[in-house]
Amino acid sequence: MGVNAEYAGRRYPPTAPYAVGREHLRDFARAVGATHPAHHDVEAARALGYPDVVAPPTFAVVVAQRAEAQLVEDPAAGIDFSRVVHADERFTHHRPIHAGDELVTVLHVDAITERAGLALVTTRCEIADAAGDPVSTVVSTLAVRGEGA
Amino acid sequence: MSDRPALADVAVGTPIGSRAIEVTRAHLVHYAGASGDRNPIHWNDRFAREVGLPGVVAHGMFTMGQAVNLVTDWVGDPGAIVDYGVRFARPVPVPDPGAAVVEVSGVVGAVDAEAGTARVDLTVTVEGARVLAKAQVVVRL
Repeated sequence: MGVNAEYAGRRYPPTAPYAVGREHLRDFARAVGATHPAHHDVEAARALGYPDVVAPPTFAVVVAQRAEAQLVEDPAAGIDFSRVVHADERFTHHRPIHAGDELVTVLHVDAITERAGLALVTTRCEIADAAGDPVSTVVSTLAVRGEGA
Repeated sequence: MSDRPALADVAVGTPIGSRAIEVTRAHLVHYAGASGDRNPIHWNDRFAREVGLPGVVAHGMFTMGQAVNLVTDWVGDPGAIVDYGVRFARPVPVPDPGAAVVEVSGVVGAVDAEAGTARVDLTVTVEGARVLAKAQVVVRL
């Protein structure tokens, strides 16, 4: 079964809030080698004007992937994860994520296009804070190989 | 933070530096746990070969996350990074024993004085071959 192109244009309801923990941010920063003090030291983050330690630029993928699971883990969408390659990723930050944030994500399926036995699935996660203000936009494209490829 | 670059001090072509990053299986295990991406192609050779890879490969998001540190450290404030996009050009095999070495360098590719931003273009290679393409980081200066 191939990718179900009828999912293009779909918009999912907002996710349950994702609570951003200080220790998780520190651990994620260590995992990607991000040593800037604003990721680890609350005082250093405050000196830059942030309320708590801030996330590295790619941390939003953790939040986005949970939202994307609504599509990727839906059998009717036809995305066989053993045939998936991550094609591209882009983060637009309206403000940095910081510890203490409660983030709500709306997942959009922006496009599903097929070419040469490959289905390209482009999703967009609009991540907002508890007040509803925009925090990050995460656009990701998965390339799914067809059965014969 | 007086050593932070100012918009007036940068121009198209200004280099921001370079670094080499050693990547071992231990790094991938840490990233799998911290990110929640536990796809076995990033820790299980048998599984990786079964899906047509040469062996365990790094998470694309791990390489993307590591590569931007050069920009964060140059700009002096992680919150100054307002946009960051890449294309994943080829996988990064991570041997065991041993390590893959990811080479990262950056140069200013555009300056927008009105918006107060500069775009840094990253070159990210392993053994001379690009692993990230169109790796562009927009920073507020």
